[in-house]
Formats: sequence, structure tokens, C-alpha cells
Amino acid sequence: MTASAPSHRSPVPVREVVKEASMVKQKEMIARNYDLLTSTAEHGRKVASTFVPGNLNELIMCFDMLNNLPEINAIQNGMRKLSGDYIAEAEKRGHSEDVCTYVKADLGMIAKGNVSPNGKPLPRPDLLLLSYTGCFTFMKWFELLREEYKCPTVMLHVPYQGDGETTKNMRDYIVKQLRQEVIPALERVSGVKFDIDRLRGYLRESARAEDDLVWVLESAKNKPAPIDAYFGGVYYIGPIFTAFRGTPDATEYYRLLRSEITERIRLGLGPITPEGDMKSQKYRLVVEGPPNWTSFREFWKMFYDDGAVVVASSYTKVGGTYDLGFRHDPDHPLESLADYCMGVYTNRNLPQRIDLLEKYMDEYQADGLLINSIKSCNSFSAGQLMIMREVEKRTGKPAAFIETDLVDPRYFSAANVKNRLESYFQMIDQKRGSAPSAA
Amino acid sequence: MATITTAALVARCQALFDDISFGAARQWKAAAPGRKVVAYMPIYVPREIIHAAGMLPLGILGAGESLEVIHGDAYYQSYICRIPRSTLDLGITGRLDFVDGFLFPSICDVIRNLSGIWKILFPEVYVRYFDVPQNFDPEVGGTFYRHELQELREGLARLAGSPISDDALRASFALYNRNRRLVRELYAFRAEAPWRVPASELYLVQRAGMVLPVEEHNQLLADYLAAARAEERPRRDNCRVVLNGVFCEQPPLSLIKAIEMSGCYVVDDDFMLVNRWLLEDLPVSGDPIAALATAFLGGSTETGAKYQPRRELKGRYILDAVRASAAEGVIFAAPSFCDPALLERPMLEAVLDRVDVPHIGFKYAENSAQMQPVREQAGTFADSIKLWSAP
Repeated sequence: MTASAPSHRSPVPVREVVKEASMVKQKEMIARNYDLLTSTAEHGRKVASTFVPGNLNELIMCFDMLNNLPEINAIQNGMRKLSGDYIAEAEKRGHSEDVCTYVKADLGMIAKGNVSPNGKPLPRPDLLLLSYTGCFTFMKWFELLREEYKCPTVMLHVPYQGDGETTKNMRDYIVKQLRQEVIPALERVSGVKFDIDRLRGYLRESARAEDDLVWVLESAKNKPAPIDAYFGGVYYIGPIFTAFRGTPDATEYYRLLRSEITERIRLGLGPITPEGDMKSQKYRLVVEGPPNWTSFREFWKMFYDDGAVVVASSYTKVGGTYDLGFRHDPDHPLESLADYCMGVYTNRNLPQRIDLLEKYMDEYQADGLLINSIKSCNSFSAGQLMIMREVEKRTGKPAAFIETDLVDPRYFSAANVKNRLESYFQMIDQKRGSAPSAA
Repeated sequence: MATITTAALVARCQALFDDISFGAARQWKAAAPGRKVVAYMPIYVPREIIHAAGMLPLGILGAGESLEVIHGDAYYQSYICRIPRSTLDLGITGRLDFVDGFLFPSICDVIRNLSGIWKILFPEVYVRYFDVPQNFDPEVGGTFYRHELQELREGLARLAGSPISDDALRASFALYNRNRRLVRELYAFRAEAPWRVPASELYLVQRAGMVLPVEEHNQLLADYLAAARAEERPRRDNCRVVLNGVFCEQPPLSLIKAIEMSGCYVVDDDFMLVNRWLLEDLPVSGDPIAALATAFLGGSTETGAKYQPRRELKGRYILDAVRASAAEGVIFAAPSFCDPALLERPMLEAVLDRVDVPHIGFKYAENSAQMQPVREQAGTFADSIKLWSAP
């Protein structure tokens, strides 16, 4: 559910931006991981395919395995304008036009050679690690992948926070699955014996990076905001939500990022956009919902052209709600993984999601809430109109609703989205008496 | 000799079906002071616990085709199925104002999130998202589920105002065991002689079980079975089909009739699986919570909303249904935007393709009005089976 750093192709003409060290670092990390994934025939490491929400990267690393994330591949293909063809291929093979386009982009990609962004074919996974967290479709997705790959599959079922809390029973259930199902499956596939101290070490490393990630995300409380917590945020969450959580690389990435943002705050600079530093910040927004990936740059431009900066977003919490205080805990390794899985944003009930968005509106001094409702994603989208009403009612700030999709280019109507955004910005102006308040 | 005709029984069921203010459940509640009603959505909740608490389980499957949804549309985007919006409309318009509790089972993200909406809009109602395990190991998923069941039991007891005893649970098990046996009997009879149990009638008789107390529904099932067995009906040259994908949002009754009128006898289906979820009787001795858990883990129906841990068994249930009912083909009918049904379908189709069982598929909404395309598709399917599948 995150984007890889920078090399973009886009219909929007942009000038080349100087890359900061963290951007270069992330790009190298992602390229290296794809190179590792596409060269398993040489080095022999095993591959687990798994998901971003509920990602058990530290555990996977304990078995010297590589982590392949079909969601990330779908995003990559969305940004590289390939997903439309892949989705068409999946629909041609009988998958409904109504269902999740991540799933179809993945299945279509497999059907067309499973080529990774580095141009080489991705390997067949040795294990499908189905962390069923916050999204029902994951379960069906991996059942479908199991038919494709016919490889071992192990499920980690994570109970939903229906009553807005986690219970001992829920935690015990997850820990028991880890002990009795997931770890033995990883041992069988990898041939490596589980070492809990190794896991503790990775979790300790994770927590360091998590501290810096939270600092980065919360830096948007500054005026001007030094980051965009949605369009920029998807890059910032990249390492920690994917194959790098628990690695020194991730720690180093967040250390670099933090120092760059510290400097931006000192200089009073806004976020870096594809067209350079954002100059004026007229609107501070909280955004709910994933971004559109097929027109990501065009979508972002609609915001920064009008001086809208996103100061907080729910999407950057789908791989963990670290800003609510959670940290991976080496002293309670399996319990900590359980808490992590239960805490991801889409595993929280609707009242919790509303509370969180209200908190963001308040703490980040936002002018309004914008919901980008995704056709593909019932987990996010079902209930968003209720969320909009409630947040509007509680904060008195205007909210707006736009509709796009994750990786299906047919559902991104640029003119329509732009129209709605412009009307929304006017609404914010009217609401605050035509006196722009942001920095 | 049956004294009540199928026509009279079906007319009663039709009246219950048409009444989207749930008059029968309201009457039940008003008949004695302190009575409470607990609603639930598809697919499965252990109704025995609600019943054992002295409360009425009320199955809510949307509002069907008769309600013009106005309020519900303000809560849902166009690309989300219809059942949550019409259910919300029932709530907002006061049609569910007598409901004291509402259970939202684990089936999909839409129903899951509806539980949160209900908590916000109806804070006076006991609302619970009812999670079920996707791990079927008795020590792992079983332990989790027993705790969940116990929490549900305690929550419902608080709502009822008194504890739910083991004996009360066992007494409810006995009643629901009888209900499941009668439903199984009815399905078996329909599979044997589908011309004597039209799909629309079986549907209405099953649907009555969503609003009637189990004691009354048991009687209704027994009466209908007796009447259907006693009545001769003309046998048509229809083909035999399994209908799959209809386990949550319901198709309009006219769609069920259209399938049959097009030349297809429905010999099995997945309507109202709550009536057939547990495949065996629950034991009426021993620990009742453990019994419910064991039955769920090892002896419950398969659907798209339930994980199949073994790849080689994935989708086998559709083939088992075809074989057990001697069906000649499968009609996949799924609600638009229904993730569990639509994501499941390609896997089921693959299972059928491997053994050359013909199938067709289409989508519907609970308020679909145009039946001509369904009639044409189902009619062509029936013709093709008769033409090409004959020995």
C-alpha cells in the first residue's frame, strides 16, 4: 500500500527535482529488494508473499526469507501505467468488474509474465503468508493466488476490533496461530529453525525506525507543514510498511529523513513536490482513504497547485498506527506482533476511525477533511459518508468527498476530481471568511 | 392427509415476506412484557443463544424490492451493494424501532463496517460484530471462538436481564435441531421432486424462519412438507440447477420465479444459510458453548465467506451440491459488488469446468426490475443443457 520512491512517468510535464539523500536511499533499497526477488534462482533464498496491513516482516526475516508484497506490485504497476492492461486481462479471464482492482492487477500481472519493475520475472512464492488483517478481500485474494501457485499457504486470522478494543482472547488467538501455524510453516518452507532472540533483535530495530517515522508524520503539525502527509506520506511509509521494517536500512532511512525535515522546518520550507518546493500553503487538509495510483502525479498537482497541503492522513496508518503509541516490543515479541496486526487502521471500527480523524483535525489544525473514496476498497469505503458527516458535525469544519480507484485508470476522472476540489477549496475559504489561515 | 394447503401456507409466508415493518415480530414482542428482539444479518449467528435468553432472533436481509431507499443512499456510494443501504433505511425510517439488539456477523467488510454505523446511529441498541474463526483447529480457532461465544452469551444475558443457563441453551438446541432437520428434509424432498416444491415457495417458507419464533417455524415447515407431499403438481421438462451466490443480499422474488419459469428447477441453493449452517444436530448434553464451537469448526456449511485451508478441497462444495442434488448445471447469481460471492465464483467455476458441469452467471440487486435478460439467459442455459448434456 505504499509507493516506491521517485522514478515516475507521468503525463504532467515536470522539471527534474534534486533528490534528497533519503529519496536516493529508498530508491536503492527498493531496487535491491526487487533484484533479490528476481534472482532467487542464483541465491536460493525463499520467498513469502504477504500483505502490508499485518505485515510480519521481522518474522519473515528470521527465516532468511524475502518478502514480496502483491499490493506493492499492483501500486508499482498502477504508477507505471501498466495496471489497466492487467485488470483487463483478469476480467477477460472471468474476474468481475466489481471486485478489488489490486487483486485483478496482480492476477493479470501473473497472467502476463509476472514481470517486476526491474524488468525481470518475479519468482513463484514458496509460501503465501495470508495475514488477514483489516480487509476481507485479502482472504479471497490469496485463495485465488493459491490456485495460481499451488504453493503452501498459511493464514493468520486477525480479529476485527468490532467493539473498538482488543481483548486478551483476540491477542491469545493471534499468538497461538503464530506459534502453532505460522512459525512452523515458515520453518518448513525455509528449513531454518526459529530463533526468538533473532526476532527480538529485529523488533528492537523496528522500534527505532518507528520513533523517527512518528516524528516525521507529526512534523506536519508545524506551520508551514514541512511535509505532505498523504502524497509525500506514501513515500515515507514505504520502507516501514514493506520489506524493510526491522532492518538497519530502514532505521538509517528514517534517520536521514528526519534530519532533512528538521532542516526544512528550520528553513521554514514546505513539502517537496514533483515540481520542487511547495511555496504557498493555503489549505491544511486531513485526508481519509488511499490515493489513486494511476494518476498519482496529476492528482497531487491538483492539490499543490491550489496551495493545499495534507497534514495528516489515515492511509499512512494502514501498515500500523505508530502515532497512537504502538511500538514493536522486543520483550514481548509475539504479543507485540499480535498488537501490531490488530491495531492497523482498517482493523479499527468505524467509531474509532472517526475519533482518530477528529483528533487529526484538531491536533494538526486542519481546515477540513477530504475523503478520497476508492471504488475497489470496501474496507475503507463502506461507511465513509457516515465518517464525513460525523467529523463535520464534531469539528464544524467542512468535509468533501471525491471518488477514484486504486489502480484502475477507468475510474479516475481528472476533470471531475479537479472540479470538486476547487469547489471544496472555495467552501473552505467561505467558511473561514475568506481569510486564509494557514502559513 | 394434510388439512392445510401449500397455497394457504405460502400465502402466509408471502404476507410475512411483504411486511417490511415486521408486524409478526412486533406482535411477538408486544404479547408479553419485557420481551426483546435481537436482529442479525447474514450469514450465520448462533440463534440458539438469543432464543435461550428468551428473546426473538430476527433475520434481516435488506428491504427487498418494495422499499424505495432514500436515506440509505446518503450513506453509501453507488459502488457498494444494496443490502446495507436498504437495511439502514429500515432503521432510519423506524421500521426496526422495536429491535433491542443487532448482530453483524463476520461476512465481508461492508457488513462489518455497517456494525460501526449502527453503533453511531442507534446508540440505545446492543450492537455486536460477531467474529468467527477462520482457523479451524479446535485448540486455536476453537478456543478463540468459545470465548467469543461466551462473550456473546454474557452480552445477550445483560440485554435480557438474566443469565442464560446451560439448560436453556440445550432446550434451544433441541428446537433448532428440529428446525434444521425439517429444512434438510424439505431440501431433500425438493431435490427429489422439484416440481412439487417450487423454488419461490421453498424460499418463502425458509424466509418465514427469519421472522417467526423457531417453534412456529418448525410447525410451518412440518405443515408445508406434509402439504407438498400430499399435492400433485404438473411436472415440467425443466433441467435441474444449483443456484449459488445468494447467501446475503437477496434477489427479488420475481427473479427466483423467472429462473424457474425459464425451464430450470432449482434443486439446491444457498439462500438463508443460517437455517442450514450447522450440518449436524447439536448435542443436548454436555457443555453447550463447546458444542456450538465444535459444530462450527468441523460441521458447518462452506461459502465464499469462509476460508478453506486445504487447496485440494477448495470449491468442492459446489460439486458436492451438484452431485447430491443430481443437478445438471449451476447458476451463479451474485449481488452486484458482493466481494465474497464474486471473488469466490472463478474458483467454483474452475472446479465445475474440470468435470464439465455447465454453468452461467449474472448479477442482481435486491431491487432489480428487469427480468427479461435473466429469463433469456436461464432459458438458453436450460435449452443448452437439454440439447447437449443428454446421454
